[in-house]
Amino acid sequence: MIRVVLPAHLRALARIDGEVTLDVTGPVTRCRVLDALEARYPTLRGTIRDHDRGRRRAFIRFFACEQDLSHTDPDDPLPEPVTRGAEPYLIVAAMAGG
Amino acid sequence: MSKVRVLVGTRKGAFVLSADGKREQWEVSGPHFAGWEVYHVKGSSADPGRLYASQCSGWSGQVIQRSDDGGATWEPTGNRFAYDGTPGTHQWYDGTPHPWEFERVWHLEPSLDDPDTVYAGVEDAGLFKTGDGGQTWEELPGLRGHGSGPSWQPGAGGMCLHTIILDPANRGRMFAAISAAGAFRSDDGGQSWRPVNRGLRSEGIPDPDAEVGHCVHRLAMHPSRPDVLFMQKHWDVMRSDDAGESWREISGNLPTDFGFPIDVHAHEPDTIYVVPITSDAHHFPPEGRLRVYRSRTGGDEWEPLSRGLPQRNCYVNVLRDAMAVDALDDCGIYFGTTGGQVYASPDAGDTWAPIVRDLPAVLSVEVQTLP
Repeated sequence: MIRVVLPAHLRALARIDGEVTLDVTGPVTRCRVLDALEARYPTLRGTIRDHDRGRRRAFIRFFACEQDLSHTDPDDPLPEPVTRGAEPYLIVAAMAGG
Repeated sequence: MSKVRVLVGTRKGAFVLSADGKREQWEVSGPHFAGWEVYHVKGSSADPGRLYASQCSGWSGQVIQRSDDGGATWEPTGNRFAYDGTPGTHQWYDGTPHPWEFERVWHLEPSLDDPDTVYAGVEDAGLFKTGDGGQTWEELPGLRGHGSGPSWQPGAGGMCLHTIILDPANRGRMFAAISAAGAFRSDDGGQSWRPVNRGLRSEGIPDPDAEVGHCVHRLAMHPSRPDVLFMQKHWDVMRSDDAGESWREISGNLPTDFGFPIDVHAHEPDTIYVVPITSDAHHFPPEGRLRVYRSRTGGDEWEPLSRGLPQRNCYVNVLRDAMAVDALDDCGIYFGTTGGQVYASPDAGDTWAPIVRDLPAVLSVEVQTLP
């Protein structure tokens, strides 16, 4: 079980309260987590990464375990505490936005 | 008694303002989509309960919202706007080539007879269409690809397609306007396009009367006389009597002919409204006095309308999509400001009063007249 925390504006858009928990099959990567997230909440498609190439939107950041994972490869494994649900995967609205 | 519903897009959400035909007591609903920029909200003339809203943010890009109950509830629809084929380049601010990149939807224009069909004008300038109520959007590539696209350049607000006008008499004909490219016309439902800018003259481009490159801020048409178009350009207020084939200046005695919106009285096709703004550098009313100007002669002769509007220390702007008219017998005129006021006049501009004073900066105003 993967725990995902979304920024407030996306929780409001998708009508989500609190954390999202996702079952991700296979290696737990950013790409797979976002695939699972968008499958459950299609409204989020295009709001975190672009539709066609899957690029992170410039003002969205990915943090976990006190690390900035925004610039890692989307197919890299996420930190082990995230993969077992001990730590949340944070999708963050950059401070420069809003 | 008839009612009016004013749809307001702002920098931080949408608002729906409702009143009966007297237009004295208003109910305010919102903010909808709080925190997001709402560039435009517009209702379908075929189904007034059907509304579409363009919602966007720097964080998360574009969302399109749809309501089937007049704005009481909303559901997100499709938000994938992919240019047709290889997008190519337009001019960047410095004149160098720059690839076409989708930024946002500026304007949503529902079809006159099908609530599921909507046209969307976007930045970087392009025209999209949905036929399934907003679930999917496809570009009408004939506009961007007709030939002059590589020479288009952004205005200060971005390279936006901000005006879409559907001709009610000739269903194949439509007009679009782009900052800073100019006005364009299609006679086949948006499949093919050509520039219609003859008579425009713009300083700031190498050839002042070039076929394209003009910063057209807004077009307006009265549905009973679709060959007559009015234009607020970056500078100059213009008129065409031949569906855009040629234009002549009608700025007349305006204190300044810079401005953004232009609109036409619902029942008097020669009564038009503009809001003069000091200059391209000074985006506020001359002398700090907010005045709408009305011409009852289709241009050239203008009168200031100021009763109820601030006449000192007013330094707001009125953006291009932020003026609208209702269709009641006594035509109401509405506009919103970057200071967050929405003003209404129930008597065609003679007197004004604020509906609300303290919204976020207003980006767009539309009005629905309801039975």
